[in-house]
Amino acid sequence: MKETPSSTIKIDFWQRLSRNRMLLTLLSVLLFLLIWQVLVSALNLPGFILPSPAEVGRKFLDVLRTGLLWRHFSATLGEILLGLLFGVSAATLLGYALSKSPLAERLLSPFLVGSQSIPMAAIAPLLVIWFGPGLLSKVLICSLTVFFPVLVNTLVGLRDVPPELREVMESLRASPAQTLRYLEIPAALPVFLGGLRVGASLSVIGAIVGELVASDRGLGFLINVGRGQYDTALVFVAVICLVILAASLYGFVLLLENRVLSWQTWRKEV
Amino acid sequence: MTFSTTEIALEVNDLEVSFVDSDGSLEVLDKISFSIERNAFVCIVGPSGGGKSTLLRAVAGLIQPTGGNVLFPGMAEDKAQTGLVFQKPNLLPWRTLRDNISLPLEIDQRPEAEISVLTQEMIRLVGLEGFEKAYPHELSGGMAQRVAIARCLVQNPEILLLDEPFGQLDALTRERMGDELLRIWNERRKTVLMVTHSISEAIFLADRVLVLTCRPARLIMDLPIELPRPRADAMRYLPEFTEAARLLHAQLKDTTVPACQL
Repeated sequence: MKETPSSTIKIDFWQRLSRNRMLLTLLSVLLFLLIWQVLVSALNLPGFILPSPAEVGRKFLDVLRTGLLWRHFSATLGEILLGLLFGVSAATLLGYALSKSPLAERLLSPFLVGSQSIPMAAIAPLLVIWFGPGLLSKVLICSLTVFFPVLVNTLVGLRDVPPELREVMESLRASPAQTLRYLEIPAALPVFLGGLRVGASLSVIGAIVGELVASDRGLGFLINVGRGQYDTALVFVAVICLVILAASLYGFVLLLENRVLSWQTWRKEV
Repeated sequence: MTFSTTEIALEVNDLEVSFVDSDGSLEVLDKISFSIERNAFVCIVGPSGGGKSTLLRAVAGLIQPTGGNVLFPGMAEDKAQTGLVFQKPNLLPWRTLRDNISLPLEIDQRPEAEISVLTQEMIRLVGLEGFEKAYPHELSGGMAQRVAIARCLVQNPEILLLDEPFGQLDALTRERMGDELLRIWNERRKTVLMVTHSISEAIFLADRVLVLTCRPARLIMDLPIELPRPRADAMRYLPEFTEAARLLHAQLKDTTVPACQL
């Protein structure tokens, strides 16, 4: 770099680098791993306190090869997808119903807000007692976690449909089902997807909380096992998988938003 | 004006509308009666906030009258009898220009081929060819209001109700849109009932101008405009035009103060 003949080329290089987001992300991850590795070597930390990236990598390949990782990863993924399916469906239906009935909303909202102030970790044991340590309790915990943000955003999205557009539908003699299809769904979609984005991230937390309480499979179970055996590298592998899972879900919803909201070209211009 | 031989398209009898809010009952329309001949162009002027929009909405069936009735003599019940154009274009932002115009036909569940033909015809009528794929936020105010008019006309309503459709446009665009509206009206004869707060716009466009008072609105004047058709800009300087403007202005000035100051 020092030998760069002119400073313009140098500026050009940095400009191009700063524009390439993929490359930048890769670079920052590599830098992070490097610092991590150096830290572990320099401080001479034992593996059960902080394993080096190399150790975590070895562990990762190890559990990947034996099929252990996939078994637990797929269990957690299944819980999350089922949880999202039930949570989002229930929240959307209830949100639509509540948006049509202000009275019902006023009656129910103290319970909804109240239920939201209970930490999920506190009622997770209760759900495990009631529904057993199997799949059902995890799916329920996950659904409950997803439920609230999706419900609120469905409600807000439908509530915020401009009244003058409702009047247009009315003047065109549209049925309630047609108003839903042509006006309410497209109008509420941006806000709804915002709720789904939050819900998708939270769903991972819900599933893990359930698994940490009591389970015989899943990434949460893997974390428990790793902790019990002082196999900290295994814990790291599980955590990294969770991060990847949560990020993919988030990215998937973002992708969906870009597809569905392509008409909002003014959004991209900003 | 041959009232005796022309058919009546719209009949409003003793129409009363009042709203109940926290302060009690608010009377908006007070026993309004008038009728409109088929294919006539009638404008309503009156002080703002006086109940003109309420009258239009009651005719459109969006508001249930407290008393009196609205009749459409000799029209099929199941057809789209009224089409309403609002002050704002109120287009669906996620639909293209074409899909905004075709919306009423989709709601009416017409066959795809028919929708396509009728929509294209409307786009031509309002002069927006080439903008079919544009989204509402890409259109100017005048263009958006044309789309709104096309969306209304595509249903082929018997009666076109216009609620200050050019109220948000600048003066020049407004005049151009007035000409445009008369051209469209010429091509598709319709009964038109239009609310405006511009006296000159009302005289330029209409066969008759109705004057409403302030809340509770009563009908205090029904002025025939005896200008020949087709109308041209030069007519704005004819003595008949000025005389009508003088009459309407005097009538409005008498009735506006003080009750309308809210």
